[in-house]
This record gives sequence, structure tokens and C-alpha cells, in this order.
Amino acid sequence: MLSFIYRRLLYMVPTVFLVSIVTFAIIQLPPGDYLDTLAAELNDSGGLDAGTMQSLRDQYGLGQPMYVQYFKWMKGILLHGNFGISFEKNLPVNDLIWDRLGWTFGISLMTLAFIWMTALPIGIYSAVRKYSVGDYIATFFGFIGLAIPNFLLALVMMYVAFKYFGQSVGGLVSPEYLDQPWDLEKIGNLMSRIWMPIVVVGTSGAAALIRIMRANLLDELYRPYVVTARAKGMSEFKLLMKYPVRVALNPFISTIGWILPTLVSGEIIVAVVMNLPTTGPLLLRALLVQDMYLAGSLIFIVSILTVLGTLLSDVLLAWIDPRIRYQ
Amino acid sequence: MTTLSSNTPIQDDTEVPNVLSPWALMWRKFKRHKIAFLSLWLVGLIYLMALIGPFLAPGDAADTNRRAIFQPPQGIHFFAEDAEGNSRFQLHAKQMKMQIDRSTMRRTYVADETDIIPLGFFVRGSEYEVLGTFKADVHLFGPKDPDDRVYFFGADRLGRDMMSRIIIGTKVSMSIGLVGVAVSLVVGVALGGISGFYGGWVDNLIQRLIEFLRSIPTIPLWMGLAAAIPLGWPPLRTYFVVTLIVSMIGWTSLAREVRGKFLAMRDEDFIIAARLDGLTDWEVIRKHMVPNFSSHIIASLTLAVPLMILAETSLSFLGIGLQPPIISWGTLLKEAQNIRSIVEAPWLLIGPGAMIVAAVLTLNFLGDGLRDAADPNAH
Repeated sequence: MLSFIYRRLLYMVPTVFLVSIVTFAIIQLPPGDYLDTLAAELNDSGGLDAGTMQSLRDQYGLGQPMYVQYFKWMKGILLHGNFGISFEKNLPVNDLIWDRLGWTFGISLMTLAFIWMTALPIGIYSAVRKYSVGDYIATFFGFIGLAIPNFLLALVMMYVAFKYFGQSVGGLVSPEYLDQPWDLEKIGNLMSRIWMPIVVVGTSGAAALIRIMRANLLDELYRPYVVTARAKGMSEFKLLMKYPVRVALNPFISTIGWILPTLVSGEIIVAVVMNLPTTGPLLLRALLVQDMYLAGSLIFIVSILTVLGTLLSDVLLAWIDPRIRYQ
Repeated sequence: MTTLSSNTPIQDDTEVPNVLSPWALMWRKFKRHKIAFLSLWLVGLIYLMALIGPFLAPGDAADTNRRAIFQPPQGIHFFAEDAEGNSRFQLHAKQMKMQIDRSTMRRTYVADETDIIPLGFFVRGSEYEVLGTFKADVHLFGPKDPDDRVYFFGADRLGRDMMSRIIIGTKVSMSIGLVGVAVSLVVGVALGGISGFYGGWVDNLIQRLIEFLRSIPTIPLWMGLAAAIPLGWPPLRTYFVVTLIVSMIGWTSLAREVRGKFLAMRDEDFIIAARLDGLTDWEVIRKHMVPNFSSHIIASLTLAVPLMILAETSLSFLGIGLQPPIISWGTLLKEAQNIRSIVEAPWLLIGPGAMIVAAVLTLNFLGDGLRDAADPNAH
């Protein structure tokens, strides 16, 4: 087992290397660079002369060939933990992103907990009581949850909150708490609002997992080993938890790998709609103005963290199902 | 022997038992699942709507009208008074008059009780092309006078008819799901099968590729790629690139699932037996493995179509997927991006939103029914 984990960690190195290259390639894809965007924006108010443009370009190293820029960027990250600077804000990327990354992953992890707490029991229930009223209700809500794109759900919830409860929408805390230090009252205010993005981001994931859990459990419930265990006189609940649920969990766990990137993605798009202080709005803006080190660092770090999530799911899968080979 | 062979074939009176093929059995089971069966029809209707959109739309989807900016939905009325004051049956809508409050600069619309727009079936209206071959101008339902405009689902900020736009947008939104899934199916099953069946370094290579693609969260990756699509590209090229971007991730989940099934099945007794019987790898896969996990693939595939529809919608909503003048449900929702426009014109959100939910919902019900029907272990 240990050597399996060790080997998987070793495999991560080329993956991370590839991620960094692709990230860099993606942010280089659009024609032109940040200075072109800047020049286009400044053109309305006089504009920049060619000399200033050239000196700025030299200062940021934007005139150099792509691989030189890439190696400079990677050297900074590996040796000094320096992700470069944000052109637009004129600040080190490090100062801008960690707060927002923390919120993004905090919300994503809370959403994961929400999904597991709802999907597992509901999924088991609807498989065991197949075609009962409860199963139909769970299935129906599951389907509705899957069918509504999360930005649409966010818009609808904001509309309802605004129209019928008169609540100011957007942001994680009410406007009056924005500049206050963290105290109990502010945390209470945060809690009264943070459930909204969590539910919005988690609904489709929970619905999908309910479906998967129900389908997998149904595949197992009528196997001979279940009949045997029942014939031995085992209590129904114990039997359920000990055999079919454990087998059905196998594909359930292999989904952690993809659910984390999905949650992060969902969080990003919902954050744009709900105006949350997370990576979403920052990344969208950075991509649109070609603030390349900021956009690149965000995609890079978020990707690394999800690679770790996939690794975790593989290890869990190998641990739970011995049929999966360690080799 | 000789007497037998010279005789005409013996009349076989024994009744041949009516053996149903696995597919016929599936179909029988599927029909018992009422919601799924209904969904099959609804999905068919939605695709029909995608095919004959311009005929169903009451007007021209691109037609702007300065006098109908943010006009709310108009109702259909049944009885109208004619010149003599007698009430008689006449389908019609009431003309809406725009009034602007100068102090707040707000538009309100008031229905004009006297000015009616007669409506009818199979009316002549704007011209469109049928399957790219010949031109036609007959619409299923709409105003009898081609110069009249009606807005059953309201109008957007340029006074374009939302109903026509939603119907026309069906084609792009629904076809992206189909094309994307077709790409995902071929790539996913092939690579997942190879990976799980042969194992070793091939498995390793494919798994690292998948892990790599999946490790980049989709939305930032799509945002990065889609932001690089030049705005000046022709709509058709943008459409195909967006489809490819969307299906680039879709195949990975399918490949992983197929691989998982292959791995778990590889050492099962019946596979070893089949191999000892001298079947080739391809025969083992086709005859013994594929039928065993096809139900799982069907469930995954039907889940994938709506996922692709949602992906396109999300990208277009953020303004980096399909761009106007392409009409899709995503580009329509982009108009309802902030809370202010939703409060002023909720129909911008409700119409396309309801269509997306309906399409995704029916596709999911259909998939669930198919999955239950295809499962040999289901009771």
C-alpha cells in the first residue's frame, strides 16, 4: 500500500509539470498581451507613445520568447514561491490570491460535506425502497437538481431573496460588516449567507451522487451473497451496511476525484453571479484583460490542488476495494 | 434413412416458444416505466422543434422593434367584438402601447382594448429556408397580417420576440449535446476499454492523460480556451470549437467508468472461461464484457447529453462561449445576467431557463428508464 502511494506521488511530478506548461500555453493563446489591452483602454484618454510601450514591455519581460518567459515564471515559483506580479493591480500575485483561494476551497469543502451528508442516506433509501413514494420524491428532486444549471439556481434564489425578503444580494457578508474585524456577530452574519452558495453549488452534485448511489446499490441488492446473508438471519440494517453498501461505495469514491474540480468550477461560476470574494470574479477579469501571471497562477494552483484530490480518491479506492490492483 | 430423405420435410407441429431478443425484452421493460416512456416522446418533440424551428416560431428571431423594448408577454384571447358590437370567436392578442415615465425613465406597457391583432394557424410571415433547400413563409401560429408583431413570451432589450428566439435556439443547444456525446462515446469507450483490458504501460499512459485533463477544473480551462476564440470567427467555426472544448472533458469520465468495469471483470470466471475457449480478445470484449456494462454506459451517456447542454449554457452565459448573433439558450440567458434586468424583465430568465430545465429533465428521465430496462439484475 505504501509503495502504491509512493509511486502515485512520483507520477504526480510529470502531471504537475504538464499542468504548468498547458496553463502557460492557455494564457498565451489570445493574440496580443496585457499591454495591448492597456493601450486600447488608454487610447480614449490620450494613449501611450511607442517609447513608453517599449520600456514597459522590457520591464515586464513581455517581449521575450515564450519559453524564456515560462522558465522565468517557473524559476520564481520553485525557488522563491513567487508567482509573478499582477499587471493590472501592480501588486505581487501572492498578495492577491491566497485569501480568495482559501474562500474558494473552504466553500468547496463545505459543499462536499453537504453533498455527502445528503446524497448517501437518500441514495441508500431510494434503492432499498425502490418505487416507493419516498423514492419518487427523492428521484424527482434529484432530477430537478440535476436539470437546473447552478448559475440559474443562483439567479433564481437571488431574485426570490431580493423580491420577497428584501435581502441585499451578493457578497458573503452584509455591506455594513465589510470593513469590520472578525467577531461573533460578523461570523453569524457570514453563516446566515454562506449556505446559499453552498446549496447552489452542491445541489447538482448531490443529485448526481444520489443517482449513482441508487444505481450501484440496485446492482448489488439482488446478488446471491445478499440472499445468503439474509438466510443466515442477519439483521437487515447490518446486512445492508456491511455488504452491498460497501461494494456500491466503490464507484461512489472514485467520484471524489472529479467532484472536487466540479465543485471548484461551480463555485467559480456562482461566485461571478453572486459576487463572492473568491477566485471566480478575479479569474474572469484576469482572463479578459490578459493579466497573464494572475490568471495563470490561479489556474495552476487550483489544478494542483485537484490533482491531489484525485490522488486521494485513488488511494481510497485501492484501500476499499482490494480487487483494484496495486501494481 | 433412404425413405426419410425421399419424403417431403416432416410437418413440424410443435410450437416454437416465442423467444424474445434481449433488446425486445429491454423495450418491454422500458415501456413499463411510464415517466421514461413519456420523456422519450418529449425528447423527440424537442428535437423535432430543433428541426422545424422556423415553422413553429411566430416571427423572425432577429427582427428588432424599437416600440417593443422589454415588452411583457401578451396573452391570447378568444372572443372579440366586431363592428356591430357582437361578440364572436376570433383568436387575437391585444396591441400593447409603450408609455415612458419621464421622471423615472421607466417603460410601462398598457394593453389597448380596442386595437386587436387577429391570430391564426398556418399564416404567412417572415421567410425562412427549409433544410437549406427551398424557401417558405408559412408559420404554424401567428398574426394573420405579416406586418403585425406579437410577443407571447415578451421581448428583450432590442424588442426581439423571445418566443421565436427560444424556439430557434433549440437547434444549437440540443445539437451541441448530441455531437459532443458522440465524440465522447467513441473516444471514451475506446480508450477506457484499451486501458482496462490490456493494463500495463498503456493503461498507465491513458490514466495519466485522463488524470491530467481532469485535474484542470473545467470552468477555468474552458474560460481560458474560450477566451482565446477570436471574436471575428464565423459562427459555425465557433460552434464546432465550443463543442470540441465541451466534449474534451466529457470522454474522460466515460473512459474511467469503462476502465473500472473492465478491471473488476477481467479476472471473473466467465471471462477466463471464454478465453480458455479460444475466443479472441475482441470477441471476449464484444460478446461477454460489453453486454455486462452496457447498462452503465447507457446511464452515463444519457447523463452526459444534458451535462454538455449545461456546459454550453454556462460558457455562453459568462460571455465566452457562443457569441451573438448565434442564438442558443445560453446566449439568451446572458441577457438576464444581473439582478436589475431580471427584476425589470423576469421573462428573459423564465423562458430560456424553463426550456433548459425541461430538456435536461426529460433527457435524465429517459436515461434513468433506459438504465433500469437494460439492467439484467433489476427486479
